[in-house]
Amino acid sequence: MSTLAYTVGDSTTMLRRNLRRLQRYPSLTLMLVGMPIVFLLLFVYVFGGQLSHGLDTALSGGHGGRAGYLNYVTPGILLMTVAAAVQGTAIVVAMDMTGGIIDRFRTMAIARSAVLTGHVLASLIQTLGSIGVILGVAVALGFRPDAGVLAWLGVVGVTTLFALALIWLATALGLAAKSVETASNTPMFLTFLPFLGSSFVPASSMPTGLRQFAHYQPFTPTTETLRGLLTGTPIGSNAVIAVVWSVGIALGSYLWARHLYSRRRAA
Amino acid sequence: MSNLPQPAVVASDLRKSFGETVVLDGVDLTVAEATIFALLGPNGAGKTTMVRILSTLIPADGGTARVAGHDLAEDADGVRAAIGVTGQFSAVDDLLTGAENLQLIADLNHLDRLAGRRRVAELLDRFGLVDAAGRPASTYSGGMRRRLDLAMTLVGSPRLIFLDEPTTGLDPRSRRQMWDDIRMLAADGVTIFLTTQYLDEADELAGRIAVLDRGRIVAEGTPDELKRRIPGGHVRLQFAEPSALHAAATLLDGAAPDEEKLVLRVSGNGDVASLRRLLQQLEDARIAVEELSISRPDLDDVFFAVTGRPTTEAEAA
Repeated sequence: MSTLAYTVGDSTTMLRRNLRRLQRYPSLTLMLVGMPIVFLLLFVYVFGGQLSHGLDTALSGGHGGRAGYLNYVTPGILLMTVAAAVQGTAIVVAMDMTGGIIDRFRTMAIARSAVLTGHVLASLIQTLGSIGVILGVAVALGFRPDAGVLAWLGVVGVTTLFALALIWLATALGLAAKSVETASNTPMFLTFLPFLGSSFVPASSMPTGLRQFAHYQPFTPTTETLRGLLTGTPIGSNAVIAVVWSVGIALGSYLWARHLYSRRRAA
Repeated sequence: MSNLPQPAVVASDLRKSFGETVVLDGVDLTVAEATIFALLGPNGAGKTTMVRILSTLIPADGGTARVAGHDLAEDADGVRAAIGVTGQFSAVDDLLTGAENLQLIADLNHLDRLAGRRRVAELLDRFGLVDAAGRPASTYSGGMRRRLDLAMTLVGSPRLIFLDEPTTGLDPRSRRQMWDDIRMLAADGVTIFLTTQYLDEADELAGRIAVLDRGRIVAEGTPDELKRRIPGGHVRLQFAEPSALHAAATLLDGAAPDEEKLVLRVSGNGDVASLRRLLQQLEDARIAVEELSISRPDLDDVFFAVTGRPTTEAEAA
């Protein structure tokens, strides 16, 4: 077999292992999927009625009231799902790195990249699955996207790219953590970022400093792109900025993770 | 040495420091193919570091080594393809079952489907894990985990196996069983490099023993050669009264009294003639001994003999 065939084969083996581990440890996935569902219900049913008063119906798929706010908030909740799911990535990566089994993998003649690739692909499947669940919940609550086939492909593309970026980032954070506890905390800032963007209320309603931060951070253009694709709001340059952010984070985090992984541990 | 086959491990002048701490201070050793070699030493002597370097986990700061015919620095993957490692910390996946753990390693060894399944079944059977094969490894006892760990190491049929303290933390029965497993492997012609802090373990298993102390090999040889360098064990005398202890300590010059336990350790190998002499001396002085026991040489004695320090001091160093 060629090197490429070994790399693909070993990565597939690792992917299978990680999917099986997720299946054996369902409480982690449930907890991570549960969080965005709680936020969705909270924002639609508790705050939604009030928040919708200040919302331009052009931003909420032409609807007013709670239904309009559901349209407005769903894209942001989908990205929050990604942020929540990658906490699991950091946890499982750290579980591996602090356990004994990583030494077994390192003393075997297997493709160097297979361990990390296996984690990233398993997390991607888990994240996209979680997004499907959240989207289903949103639809059950009355979310009615008016996206066509191309727009849906765009949604899948943007979400996958963004998920890959955060998964590589979480993988690096998991590798950098000295313990599983640390790894479960460090990616938590990602779940706060949607609040400091246009996920729940338009950034234009925020004070200057915060508005500028909201404007430039990666969640905002990605949210705006998804919102445009799903509910037809204007996208403008947001799509390009979103893709640049995702590719940049993915690439930087991949290099960081690779560096951390090949750095051999002392004692 | 000329008629021996090519050595499984040749290390020369291996050095490793972690920050200011020198862990390996120029280690040379040779392990012949198809033998059991034991690296004996107390905690902190550098045994695990030695295994981690030879198994490609960490690079040495200096020196060279050839492992299974491959240069450690030049051809790490060649080394990895030939070795199996069972470390001190369990290297099994707790969330997977015993059979899944083995299958995972079979897949990573690129065994084809049928050969992989056959190897998994064979190893489960050989290590008495058939009944537990479908249970997650997290439910296994300490001994079962260690056997699964060793079975995983064997999936790829390595020619050289590193076992880092394979019986530490095991109950006596599991320990015996592990010894049997190790002997069985050696009988198949596999070279075994094991580390241990127990002299009896090295004595039971190894053809050659090297004693590691503070990052240096301080003695090397067959178990018999090593034991010959040890003056012997000691006779342990237990007294009922402090006065008897003191009297005996004065009588038997050079013996070390333990005031708290009322015990006196008298050096000597406990052969019949010297025992008779000892008892005669005590009786002549009318000293009542409550209990007498003979201790065989242990790691402490080896250490004391080759370094002049007990192991406890080596650990503190």
